[in-house]
Amino acid sequence: MEIFVTAVTIFVLAIFVGFEIITKIPPILHTPLMSGSNAISGITLIGALYAAGIEESNITKILGLLSVIFATINVVGGFLVTHRMLGMFKKKDTPK
Amino acid sequence: MELVSILNLSYLVASILFIVGIKQLAHPKTATRGNLLGALGMLIAVVATLFDQAILTYDWILVGVLVGSLIGIIMAIKIQMTAMPQLVAVLNGFGGIASVFVAGAALQLSIPKYAFAVNYQEIVSIVFSAVVGGITFSGSFIAFGKLQGFITEKAVRYPGDQLVKILVGLAAVGLGVYGCLEPTDESIYWILSGVSLLLGVFLVIPIGGADMPVVISLLNSYSGIAASATGFVLNNNVLIISGSLVGASGIILTQIMCKAMNRSLTNVLFGGFGAVATEMKDDGDFYSGKVKSTSAEEVAMLLDVARSVVIVPGYGMAVAQAQHTVRDLYQLLTARNIDVTFAIHPVAGRMPGHMNVLLAEADIPYDRLKEMDEINSTFENVDVVIVNGANDVTNPLAKTDPKSPIAGMPILDVGNAKTVVVIKRSLSPGFAGVPNPLFIADNCLMLFGDGKKATQEMITALKES
Repeated sequence: MEIFVTAVTIFVLAIFVGFEIITKIPPILHTPLMSGSNAISGITLIGALYAAGIEESNITKILGLLSVIFATINVVGGFLVTHRMLGMFKKKDTPK
Repeated sequence: MELVSILNLSYLVASILFIVGIKQLAHPKTATRGNLLGALGMLIAVVATLFDQAILTYDWILVGVLVGSLIGIIMAIKIQMTAMPQLVAVLNGFGGIASVFVAGAALQLSIPKYAFAVNYQEIVSIVFSAVVGGITFSGSFIAFGKLQGFITEKAVRYPGDQLVKILVGLAAVGLGVYGCLEPTDESIYWILSGVSLLLGVFLVIPIGGADMPVVISLLNSYSGIAASATGFVLNNNVLIISGSLVGASGIILTQIMCKAMNRSLTNVLFGGFGAVATEMKDDGDFYSGKVKSTSAEEVAMLLDVARSVVIVPGYGMAVAQAQHTVRDLYQLLTARNIDVTFAIHPVAGRMPGHMNVLLAEADIPYDRLKEMDEINSTFENVDVVIVNGANDVTNPLAKTDPKSPIAGMPILDVGNAKTVVVIKRSLSPGFAGVPNPLFIADNCLMLFGDGKKATQEMITALKES
């Protein structure tokens, strides 16, 4: 129970932090912010690594493998495409 | 120091990097660094996890990471900027399904223990992961299908659709409760996941294409919540923190978008433009005989004598991949000392800020893009407005007809300009499914054609004149 209360505390505090840091975002950054935060939600990868790395049964291994693949796509694809998008905004500082 | 402490400290560092990263993503100057910090945080969290004693074999991990990275890299590099909303939806869906599988694996590990004592925090979180992750996955893919044109963009409504949603929702809740009470029955988990997938389909399919930005943002929030729930399953703080961060940011973005369209979230989720659209379809003679059609040559003559021009890009421009051609037109006009600006509606395109990305891709200077609030009062001084493939965001009905489905939505007041040229393939209604009185206004000319071709023709005509 104590662990649960700590977890909930962290959860609630993190939500407040989330609201606080993203109150005023300029519309030009909505799309990159969405894809960037989306990439962060791929943190499920941590759980996937445990599932794939624990020598338990074949079922957990297969579930682990699948979740590692999907979460990695989310993480790698998300960060990379956000970087690509932001790179386009950057170009404008140095017009040809 | 103990290994566990080092691991938890690494997770703390990763969490801080995520928080700072998201904060910096919200400012244009620091956004690139913010994204890199987020990626660094993820790397630290992953590497630290690999040192955990609970992880015994690395072969499956290695295979998974390699396959996933390869697919992710290919997707991120190959994707066209116009298809960005679809990609975000798909990536989001993958995050959701990963949570379902992780929770499934966790349940596998815990079932033998549950014969002695059930850990209710764990089982409730597992069940929750299955539901939220499942909805995120199927909902995201329906959104993808709608944006990609695989599934009709129209809102799919049928008699009793709300009832179906409620019943499937209740089935998910019932199965979830049962799953918590009988945690050793593993089949319940997979049935529940299946029902959640179904629920995601039923929730998103009745929502029209115009509302997809809101849906994607909301699903983004869900994927964060699903990750957070997985954190409760594994008692892992970094998952809880980053999941709830994403959950909160998704909700804020959703709110901002709803505000930009002057709609409430419940209205998006349970109402929908499309329901009205089907009723208003038979409006064939709304335009008949009142529309003035024009040619690229005529527009070129107008532009030739204009001093100020505003271009309003819409999704039609994006679909036609016309952003580079529009840039050429912009450069040509600027070279002739014409003041050219771009009017960006907050929900132009299919995702907030999507239009900015597209125009940035075409190297259109940042300071030429004006937001709606900034440009609306200046339209009366503008000689020519070129609306390129935008419809609903310029529809004056939003202001004049309180019964219209877009009533109250803030619009670009292009009608106040001296002349409006609308480039559009046909008179078909936009996402909202309502006719646009702008098209029959006295000062409005229709240039029928594809957004790219029509712009190209204008450029040719301008060069010849």
